[in-house]
Amino acid sequence: MSNHKESDGNTSRRRFLKEAGAAVVGLSWGLPVLSAGCRAAAQESSAKVPGKQWAMVVDMEKCRREGVRQAAIEACDRAHNIPHIPDSDDEVKWVWTTEFQHAFPEDVHERTPAAQREAPVLVMCNHCTDPACVKVCPTKATWKRESDGIVMIDMHRCIGCRYCMAACPYGARSFNWRDPRPYVETDANGDYYSDYPTRARGVVEKCDFCAERLRDGQLPACVEAVAKVAGGAGALTFGDVTDADSAVSRLLRERETIVRRPELGTGPNVYYIV
Amino acid sequence: MRDRKWIIAGLAVFCVVVLFPVWYGFTTRGEAAPPDVVLPTNEKSCVEPTEWMIANHPTLLNEWRNAVIRDGRTEYVSSTGVTYTMSFTGTCLGCHPTRATFCQRCHDYADVQPTCWDCHVEPQGK
Amino acid sequence: MLEAAFHGGRRYWLLLAGWAVLIGIGAVAYSRQLTLGLTVTGMSRDVSWGLYIAQFTFLVGVAASAVMVVLPYYLHNYKAFGKTVILGEFLAVSAVLMCMMFIFVDMGQPMRILNVFLHPTPNSVMFWDSMVLFGYLILNLVIGTVTFDAERKGAPPARWVRPLIYLSIPWAVSIHTVTAFLYAGLVARPFWMTAILAPRFLASAFSSGPALLILLALILRRTTRFDVGEQAIQKLAVIVTYAMAINLFFVVVELFTGLYGNMPEHLDTFRYLYAGLDGHAALVPWMWTNAILTLTCVTLLMIPRVRARDGLLAAVAVGVIGAVWIEKGMGLVVGGFIPSTLGQVTEYTPTATEVAITVAVYAVGFMVLTVLCRIVVNVREQLEAA
Repeated sequence: MSNHKESDGNTSRRRFLKEAGAAVVGLSWGLPVLSAGCRAAAQESSAKVPGKQWAMVVDMEKCRREGVRQAAIEACDRAHNIPHIPDSDDEVKWVWTTEFQHAFPEDVHERTPAAQREAPVLVMCNHCTDPACVKVCPTKATWKRESDGIVMIDMHRCIGCRYCMAACPYGARSFNWRDPRPYVETDANGDYYSDYPTRARGVVEKCDFCAERLRDGQLPACVEAVAKVAGGAGALTFGDVTDADSAVSRLLRERETIVRRPELGTGPNVYYIV
Repeated sequence: MRDRKWIIAGLAVFCVVVLFPVWYGFTTRGEAAPPDVVLPTNEKSCVEPTEWMIANHPTLLNEWRNAVIRDGRTEYVSSTGVTYTMSFTGTCLGCHPTRATFCQRCHDYADVQPTCWDCHVEPQGK
Repeated sequence: MLEAAFHGGRRYWLLLAGWAVLIGIGAVAYSRQLTLGLTVTGMSRDVSWGLYIAQFTFLVGVAASAVMVVLPYYLHNYKAFGKTVILGEFLAVSAVLMCMMFIFVDMGQPMRILNVFLHPTPNSVMFWDSMVLFGYLILNLVIGTVTFDAERKGAPPARWVRPLIYLSIPWAVSIHTVTAFLYAGLVARPFWMTAILAPRFLASAFSSGPALLILLALILRRTTRFDVGEQAIQKLAVIVTYAMAINLFFVVVELFTGLYGNMPEHLDTFRYLYAGLDGHAALVPWMWTNAILTLTCVTLLMIPRVRARDGLLAAVAVGVIGAVWIEKGMGLVVGGFIPSTLGQVTEYTPTATEVAITVAVYAVGFMVLTVLCRIVVNVREQLEAA
C-alpha cells in the first residue's frame, strides 16, 4: 500500500474523509450526551409549579359486582377502541379484573379464606407520583404531565423497547404485539365505537385517565359508566387529590383506604376502599 | 478509435434508456393534472391560509400534538387571529372527514405514504 | 489495510458464504417480524423481553471483556499479550455490533430509533446504555485500527491514541455496569434489584469473554499461522478460572440470601428456575445444566494440566461460554419476568422466527469478526515474512 505524502498545506483526500467521518460520528454521539447533561443540570434548578393530581378511589365492595366491573371495562374498551385479542399472550388491557391476592400480595396470609383471596378487584394504571415507567423511558415517550399528574404516552414517539413494561410494578402496560385494528370491536354499522386513534403495532399503551375526555370537562368513561349500573353508584370516584374539597379527598379522609405495593415508593394515585 | 460504431451506438442506447422518464412523459401523458381535492362546505378557510397549510401541515400537527398532550394546552390562535381547539380528530377531521377525497388526493399525487391512518380513524358513523 | 480482507483461501470464502446464508434466512424472518409485529416471537404481556435482550445482555459482557487483555498490556506492560490485544479489541467491536443489532430487532418501532438521540433523557439508564455502547464501539474501532495500522507500518502509534486506550479501560467496565443498572434499578423486579447484579455481570463477563478469546486464538492457531503464544493463552485461562470462581461465589451469595431469608419475593424466581413454580418448570433442566457445567468447568480449570492441553482447554472454554450464556440469558433475563408483577407465571419459549433472527445477528457479528481476523492474520504474516 502506498503512503500518501502530504505536500505543504495540502492534506490528502483520505485524511479529510477520515476526519470528516470522525467529526460526524463524534457529533452524533456527543450532542445527545451534552444535551442530556445540560438537561439533567437544568432540572435541578427549575421550580416546579404545582398542578393538580388526578386520582381515583375504587370502592372494592361495590366493584365485587360483576356488572359494575363489566360496565367499567366495556366503557373503557369502547371509548378507546381497545382490541380484544384472543391470545392472552398478546392481550391489551387498560382496566381489568384481577384477584385480590395478585393486586395486594402483602395483604394475604396463609389462612386468608379463598373468598377473600380470590375476590375480584378492578385494576388499572395508578398514575403514580414517582412513576417507575417514566423514569426508565429513553425517549420521554411516557412522562408525567405537570399540569394534572396524568402519566401520558405519546404514541408517535414510542420506539417499542418495552422498558416501561419491565419497570411497572403493577403490570399496567400493554404492548401491541400485532396490528390491533382487526380486533377492535365495531358496532352494528361496522363503525368503531369512538374516534380515538387505534394505535399501531409496536407501541405500548395503558390507561390515560381519559385525558381526552377530561379536556372536554367529562369524567373518565369508566367512572361515568359504573354510575349507570345497578349497585355501581360511587363504585369509582374521580377527582383532584390536591384539592381538599374534592370528592376523592373527602373519601380518603373519611374511609379506610389502601394502595397497591406502597412499600415500593412509587406513590400510586388509585386508592382502594377496603 | 477502432470500435467507433459500437461506442456511439452504445452511448445512444444509454441516453435513450437513462432519459426515459423525460421523453416518455412528454410523448404520452401531456400535462399533469393538479390533485383534485374535495373542499369542505361548512368553513370558508382552514386554520391557516391554504398555501401555508399545504407546506406546513405536518409541522403544525406535530406542534399541536406536543402542546396538547405534553403541555395540556387546548387553544391555538392562528395568524388570522381566530382561536381554534387543537385537535386533529376534532378540528381537522371535523372539516375534512374523508381521507379518500381530501388527504389521499395530494398524497397520491406527491407519492408519499404518511402512516397517520395506521392509528387515526375517520369520524365514525354520523 | 482493508484490502487484506480480500486475500483469503477457499476456507475463508466458504466461511463468509456460510455466514451470508444464515443472514439471508434471518433477513426473511425479520421481514416477517416487521410485517406481522413482534407477535411472531414467544414474548408476551408478562414476559416482555426474551431471546433478543438475553443475547444483548450476554454479548455486552463479551464486549467488556476486552479490558482483560488491554489492561495488563497497556497499563502493566505485560508483553505476552502483544498479539492478543488486537484480537480482544476486534472481538469487542464484533460483540458491540451484535448488541446494538439485538436491540434493534427487539424494538417495536425500529424506524424510530433516532428518537433516542433526538430526545436525550438523562434519567433513563437505557439512554445512557445506548450512548456508552455507541461510544465503546467507536473507541475500540479507532484504537484497534490505529494501533494495528501503526504496527503494520512498523512505527509507534500516534500519541493521541494513548489516552483513548486508557479511557477504554474504565469505559469497558462501565458498559457492563450500566447494562446491569438497566435491571438493578427496577423496584418492580425483586429478582433483579440487588446490588450484586453489576459485580455478577462483570464476573460472568470476564469468564465468558476471555473464554471466547481463547477459542478464537486456538482456532486461529489451528487454521492459520497466527499464534498469539502459549503464555498468552495460559494467562487467559487463568483469568477465566478466577473470574468463573468469583462468579460462582456471587451466585452462591445470592442463593444464600434467598434461601436462608426465605422471603417469598426473593425466592419465587429461584424456585421457578431450579424447581418449578405452580406446575411450570420449563427452565429447570437448563438451570441445572448450567449449575453442573459451572461446577465442572471451575473445577477442571483449577487443574493446571487441563489448562495446558489445547483440546481440554477448548472444551472447558465452550462449557464456560455455555454456562454463562444460560445463566445470563435464560436465568437472569427471563427469570426476572417470572413470576409476573401480579404473581402469575407465564412461561416463555422462543419461536423459530425468533431463533432465525437471533442466529442471523450472530452471523453478522461473526462475519465481521472473520473479516477483521483475516486482516490481522494477513498483516501479521506480512510483518513476520519481512
